[in-house]
Amino acid sequence: MADRERLVNIALALIVPACAVAAHGMGEPFYVTLATRIAILALAAVGLNLALGLGGLVSFGHAAFFGIGGYAAGIFATHAFNQTPLLTAPVMILATNQMPVIWLVSAVVAGLAALLIGLISLRTSGVYFIMITLAFAQMIYYFAISWPAYGGEDGLSITMRNGFPGVNTLNPLSFFLIAYGLLLLALFAFSRLRDSRFGAALQATRQNEVRVASIGIRPLRIRLVAFILSGMITAIAGALFADLNRFVGPSMLSWSMSGELIVLIILGGTGRLFGPVAGAILFVLFEFALGGLTEHWQLFLGLILLAVVLFGRGGLIGLLAGKVRHG
Amino acid sequence: MAEPVLSIRNLCKSFGALKATDDVSLDLHPGEIHALIGPNGAGKSTLIHQIAGTLKHNSGSIHFMGRDVSALGVSHRAQLGLGRTFQISSLTPEFSALRNVMLAVQANQGSSFRFWKPVMTDASLKDTARDMLGRVGLLDRADIPSAELSHGERRQLEIAIALALGPKAFLLDEPMAGMGPEGSKRLTAFLDTLRHEAPILLIEHDMDAVFALADRISVLVYGRIIATGTVDDIRRNPLVREAYLGESV
Repeated sequence: MADRERLVNIALALIVPACAVAAHGMGEPFYVTLATRIAILALAAVGLNLALGLGGLVSFGHAAFFGIGGYAAGIFATHAFNQTPLLTAPVMILATNQMPVIWLVSAVVAGLAALLIGLISLRTSGVYFIMITLAFAQMIYYFAISWPAYGGEDGLSITMRNGFPGVNTLNPLSFFLIAYGLLLLALFAFSRLRDSRFGAALQATRQNEVRVASIGIRPLRIRLVAFILSGMITAIAGALFADLNRFVGPSMLSWSMSGELIVLIILGGTGRLFGPVAGAILFVLFEFALGGLTEHWQLFLGLILLAVVLFGRGGLIGLLAGKVRHG
Repeated sequence: MAEPVLSIRNLCKSFGALKATDDVSLDLHPGEIHALIGPNGAGKSTLIHQIAGTLKHNSGSIHFMGRDVSALGVSHRAQLGLGRTFQISSLTPEFSALRNVMLAVQANQGSSFRFWKPVMTDASLKDTARDMLGRVGLLDRADIPSAELSHGERRQLEIAIALALGPKAFLLDEPMAGMGPEGSKRLTAFLDTLRHEAPILLIEHDMDAVFALADRISVLVYGRIIATGTVDDIRRNPLVREAYLGESV
């Protein structure tokens, strides 16, 4: 089974860039953008999968981290374009339009937010955890709406997509490759972390918290670190998402965004390495194919989600590669 | 006599009007097996929960390794060396028997914040865990997910996990429960040797095992310890005969 999952993973890893390159060759930038959207949503979901899949933490507030990344990209891009400093007092901080710096800032800010949110919300579990993470995300959502300096309700347009050293990010295929490269990196890190000591403790905490405590490991610390890492990855995806759309608005922070990320993971396969990739492919294709037919495409998505939850707990990966086995 | 490893003084715990633990004092000395017996509902499990830290007591004190652990949480007490097994097996069901024990070895090494090296290539974890499984006779079932183990095998796995913690005291909550006569006999022989590694506070219903193993026995009835003494003391004690052992002894 493990071998079969590996084959499925390799197929999924190849199919997205193959489509992007083919579309680029045929002069169809729209489909390259679609593939980029898949890569970025998958990256955001890899982050959530760390908390939700491995740790069993159903965070209904990951849009907060996604949006923090998005606003970081938007704010930096605006200041860099207008050539105004980010901050004048107490120290002068100049803006940059270089993506690696923006990703770092996104990850650090989201990591701090995850630390604060996690310290409070991880003391609860089940429905309470879901509700508290949602509440925090809604607070940040309304903060963004009421912050006129950066667009408020209207959001913030990114006139010039942020840059990357030595790459023309305005070329759709180049930008896709940046996003896809980050996705592969995140997947690699996820697989190492899952099989590491920390991963063992995290997965054990999901299965039996009391057992973990009674052998001398503090479940709260394990979960908190997982939640922070999870938020950081999702934030980097958010920065890319803003650059892709050349726009960031409160909608990136909305509860429906959090819900979409959860749906993505369930569709693909909760806790599975390539679950987020499979889920993102399905989600974006549904959005594109069904969205072209009817504006009520989410009704059909809901029905499919219902079928997955009722009949195929392992999502698409579970369907293709069978049940997960721990060594 | 040497300092007791575990020393409980005047412990009280109430749930509303019910006194689940009523002024309990109890010592566990190095090298001994101290059995705690009592009829159903006497408060044995409640007492275990307070020692392990899953329940907070209302008053009294618990000293472990000469330190007051009253304010410490479950994981902290485990780190100090309290090796507990559960009355109802409590394992990580998706993990194999081996990985269940490896997690305990990892906890004992105090290093769960390593993010990169795969555990399955970590000989220091794997070899120690296999040793522990071998000691309880479960090595041939190492790769089976613990959810698929038989009831008796899960009991053995519980002990292997406690062993892997290298504890200063064992807290065994009905380790024989549901094991069958053969299994109980083997486990009794095993626990007899285990006392030299660390003293054991043994909660057990199997009287043959208790009388064979215990250096001292405490009898808990309605939250109170009505008698503490050697096996012979307890057999002869009229209060105990009346309250608990009935006419069967």
